[in-house]
Amino acid sequence: MPVIHMRVNGNPVSGEVEARTLLVQFLRDDLRLTGTHVGCDTSQCGACVVHVDGKSVKSCTMLAIMANDCEVMTIEGLANGSELHPMQQAFMDNHGLQCGFCTPGMVMSALDIVERNGNDLDEATIRKELTGNICRCTGYHNIVKAVKAGARAMGD
Amino acid sequence: MYDFSYHNPKNVADAVSAMNEAEDGKFVAGGQTMIPTMKHRLASPSDIIDLRGIAELSGITVDGRGISIGAMTTHAEVAASSDVQAMIPALAALAANIGDPAVRNCGTIGGSVANNDPAADYPAAVIALGATVKTSKREISADDFFTGMFETALEEDELITAISFPKADAAAYMKFENPASRYAIVGVFVAKTGNDVRVGITGATPCAHRGMRLEEVLNSNFSADALESVEIPVAKMNADIHASAEYRAHLVKVMTRRAVAACS
Amino acid sequence: MAENGIGVSVRRKEDKRYLIGKGNYTDDINVVGQTYAIFVRSPHAHATINGIELAAAETSAGVVAVFTGDDLAADGIGPLICGVTVTSDDGEPHRAPAHPALAQGKVNYVGDHVAIVIAETLAQAKDAAEKVEVDYGILPAVTDTGSAADEGQQQIHEAAPNNICFNWPLGDKEAVEAAFASAHKISRLDLINNRMVTNPIEPRAVLGEYNTGTEEITLHLTSQNPHLHRLVLSAFNQLAPEHKLRIVAPDVGGGFGAKIFIYAEELVVGWACRKVNRPVKWTSDRTEAFLSDAHGRDHVTSAEMALDKDGKFLALRVMTTANLGAYISTFGTMVPSYLYAFLFAGQYTTPLIYSEVKAVFTNTAPVDASRGAGRPEATFMLERLVDVAAADMGLDPVEIRRRNFIPVDAFPYQTPVVQCYDSGDYHAALDKALALADYDGFGARAEEAKTRGMLRGIGLSSYVEACGIAPSAAVGQLGAGIGLWESAQVRFNPTGNVQVFTGSHSSGQGHETTFAQLVTELLGVPIEDIEVIHGDTAKTQFGMGTYGSRSMAVGGVAIAKACEKLIAKGKKIAAHALEAAEGDIEFADGNFTIAGTDKAMSIAEVAFNAYVPHSYPEDLEPGFDENAFFDPLNFSFPGGTHICEVEIDPETGVVEIIKYSAVDDFGKLINPMIVEGQVHGGITHGVGQALLEACHYDSEGQLITASFMDYAMPRADNVPSFDIDYAPTDPPDNPLGVKGCGEAGAIGAPPAVINAITNALGVKHIDMPATPEKVWRAAQGAA
Repeated sequence: MPVIHMRVNGNPVSGEVEARTLLVQFLRDDLRLTGTHVGCDTSQCGACVVHVDGKSVKSCTMLAIMANDCEVMTIEGLANGSELHPMQQAFMDNHGLQCGFCTPGMVMSALDIVERNGNDLDEATIRKELTGNICRCTGYHNIVKAVKAGARAMGD
Repeated sequence: MYDFSYHNPKNVADAVSAMNEAEDGKFVAGGQTMIPTMKHRLASPSDIIDLRGIAELSGITVDGRGISIGAMTTHAEVAASSDVQAMIPALAALAANIGDPAVRNCGTIGGSVANNDPAADYPAAVIALGATVKTSKREISADDFFTGMFETALEEDELITAISFPKADAAAYMKFENPASRYAIVGVFVAKTGNDVRVGITGATPCAHRGMRLEEVLNSNFSADALESVEIPVAKMNADIHASAEYRAHLVKVMTRRAVAACS
Repeated sequence: MAENGIGVSVRRKEDKRYLIGKGNYTDDINVVGQTYAIFVRSPHAHATINGIELAAAETSAGVVAVFTGDDLAADGIGPLICGVTVTSDDGEPHRAPAHPALAQGKVNYVGDHVAIVIAETLAQAKDAAEKVEVDYGILPAVTDTGSAADEGQQQIHEAAPNNICFNWPLGDKEAVEAAFASAHKISRLDLINNRMVTNPIEPRAVLGEYNTGTEEITLHLTSQNPHLHRLVLSAFNQLAPEHKLRIVAPDVGGGFGAKIFIYAEELVVGWACRKVNRPVKWTSDRTEAFLSDAHGRDHVTSAEMALDKDGKFLALRVMTTANLGAYISTFGTMVPSYLYAFLFAGQYTTPLIYSEVKAVFTNTAPVDASRGAGRPEATFMLERLVDVAAADMGLDPVEIRRRNFIPVDAFPYQTPVVQCYDSGDYHAALDKALALADYDGFGARAEEAKTRGMLRGIGLSSYVEACGIAPSAAVGQLGAGIGLWESAQVRFNPTGNVQVFTGSHSSGQGHETTFAQLVTELLGVPIEDIEVIHGDTAKTQFGMGTYGSRSMAVGGVAIAKACEKLIAKGKKIAAHALEAAEGDIEFADGNFTIAGTDKAMSIAEVAFNAYVPHSYPEDLEPGFDENAFFDPLNFSFPGGTHICEVEIDPETGVVEIIKYSAVDDFGKLINPMIVEGQVHGGITHGVGQALLEACHYDSEGQLITASFMDYAMPRADNVPSFDIDYAPTDPPDNPLGVKGCGEAGAIGAPPAVINAITNALGVKHIDMPATPEKVWRAAQGAA
């Protein structure tokens, strides 16, 4: 079986995987980083979004071996010790999560939105950019608020 | 997913030879269609030849006549390219509206065009702009490339290296999205260069195609109003739970009208 | 008011773990020696099983075991049960065909469970499952709700002639007929309530472990009601004695009803882990969720309203055919009956109501409760019919509602359909909603839209629902096999912090925060010293779980009662410690004080004292730990008015929601931030039903919307931000003054959206989901 190496949340990791192993399976089953979730099997729901070399990807639609030698960032890598990342804090302050299942993907997508669109985001931009992340709980209202507030806080 | 042998060639020649040695190999570009298909066990290639490591397949180059986009250039890169935005803004806008941000970070123009999903966006642009598909073996004109549903002129061991788009004087893409998948129920790309108008239509029929009748009318009168009299043949349209053939035919006209309006 | 007590928008205690990726959902749990299960599912909607060949699967790499329905039957396991009896019009209980957890000679829907394959890895289990060869004898399928009971239809179950589960009449048929005969006007509407797939984003999962030493089975699973799971799996499915069965539902990633039910996979995995003596894990993928989670709604209805010359409702008659799917799910019978027709009065004084519900079997996935459960169907029927009646009478939709509202001084109000509403002020909510929506300014906005070629419409929905499910006496009379009370235990530790054990369970509603707010309010303990514990039958006392917007209205009251008991006991302890008479001890703000003095003990000191009872008299028990059960006297009746404003592109039929205003009466709000979040989510769920979501089976019973590629879930760009306000009334039947808020949006939204669309188009009706094509066609017809 192929052996792969990558840095996940700054830490070097390696593992022996079948070629068919998805990145999300490697993260969840091999590395036990279970913050990244699987909510569908057609690349629609976005619960599995992580960053690979700084870009958001759906880790259910990438082979683990494709991330060989890459920098991977998951939800577990954001907080600084007990201090939440400003985007995480904004989700808490704005009640941008309920059951929490889509949340890691939402937060990772939100960071990508800020990266590409800056810190001053309008509602229409946020809503359009979030179409790859499905939430059944919040009705998106407070997620949109959270992303806007988090983006602003990241600029401060 | 069934298991397979994985190959990670660094150049096109190695990719082609890996394909020729494989029992039932598949090239994978961004993987955004191939991986879900394999997850559902609807494809069982013996070998996966990952094109992501081939540097020569990526990048965007401009010359006086148009723009050439490497096959492995992602939708996000096309959308964000100042060259594409300056030269053919409609193409950048099209790329910016494929799938969602995470899909755009992986999905590639070459993968999309080679896959020829009947509801994909890029084929409409390739057709309307009269692009040339450059492959590991030859150059294929847009009109000859898309041959049927999920079928193209590509041979088994042939891969797209780049697609070159001539600059148009004016162009616009209008997409009517499937509310679930966000693929095109109907997408119409209109491009006008000099007096020549080309219309590329996706989503409406089993394979992206030129809207010849629409072009004819627009060639003599490039205005949205001119399209009123055009009959779109309902019988040729796709039909599914999201849109009947009749509705799709109607949307072809509406999207064309809107694209023409956006051109002027 | 305590700092983080009732009425404060406290930030949620549970959020941090979710935000840093440390939530603990069922599929996140892995144990040593774990195997993986895959279910072999029927690819046919209706077929006999003539034979199953397992040899190739059994010898496939990594396979631990393969079992079929015969193996389950040999061990006397199952079948799955329905918990509520509905009496049919012939006086007999509803027809209840056997529901084996693994098929017994016949499959009845695509996705029906045929065999379980257990292997060392998930991939190996999938590989082997493909090698199970089933010889099917394909039968014609019944998939259409409206014609399922027609003469000559293919029969699905021998035990259910004509595919009918029950025919359930309610009300005085003759009196209603008489009222119709003398009516000034009769308004009629035929409608479909579209079938939905509930789709919590966390798919269902179960991990079963058997301990040969203790002979205990532990099932980690996705449940809104772990004790209900344990009770049914034990008492009715013979999985294990109740004391040898532990159910742990850790963090639950959304439920909306879909995780109430006791599913085949849960029973089979629980049985199989003992059989193979290895932990067995099954996690649904989204395709399986579409195929085998219980679906929601799916009614075909004809409704008629008789009106007098002033537009007053004289009588309502409703005929509904409800699709139960291939088998009766756990509460399948209850949803289209008691949770549906009992709401037909809505907010109105309609004096006479008659309805018949025919529940039918089809070759589709079982149908059961889904956010709102029966009440969205009732509200959609009624609020659409009221708009049709308004048009028939030439009245504004606001005016016809006002003329028929139950007046504020009429409460408690006995409706003709069993329910007795305890409180409400429907005019107040309507007035506030009209102001919030700027209803009066609509005409100008519609004119402006017209200049852009767009059609604007505005629609209202004034709903009432029954929550706080449910008074045991009432549901017992109706045929429920259980009571619907709730339990609580509030336990002080010696150092003064508090553990709250509740039989409710959160699937995102924020119980760890709101229940802690209740306790900090009542006992004065800082909120950070309070921990809410739920979801584990080994930790918490028996409880009924979470559904029907009941957690605060029933479970919260149980917690409050336990707190009262603690205060009573604390007075005894403080009296003893402070050497005072018990009657002289007062409790306020977390302190027990001798009245009129400054001699006091904090509740933490009392707790410590209770666990160090060195000098207690005989009649004073040590310990500071009380439990309570609460059985409500009545349902609670949230209500309100929602107003939706849409803009339609007549050329494409695309509907955009421009503004959505909701004014609800939930009684007292414990945490307004959380309540608002519930309303947002509910509205979006309802908008999904109105505009996007449709579950389609073809005539052969294939589910053609089996993924998010074909089943349109509401996404961030399908909805606007919402305008939310409240018009609370105080419910005398609820000790906390709360009514429940989790389902209101999903109930109020669908008719508000559709009424806005019919208003924009000037048409009588459009079925849900109002897809662009349907709206375009309607616009063509209207033009």
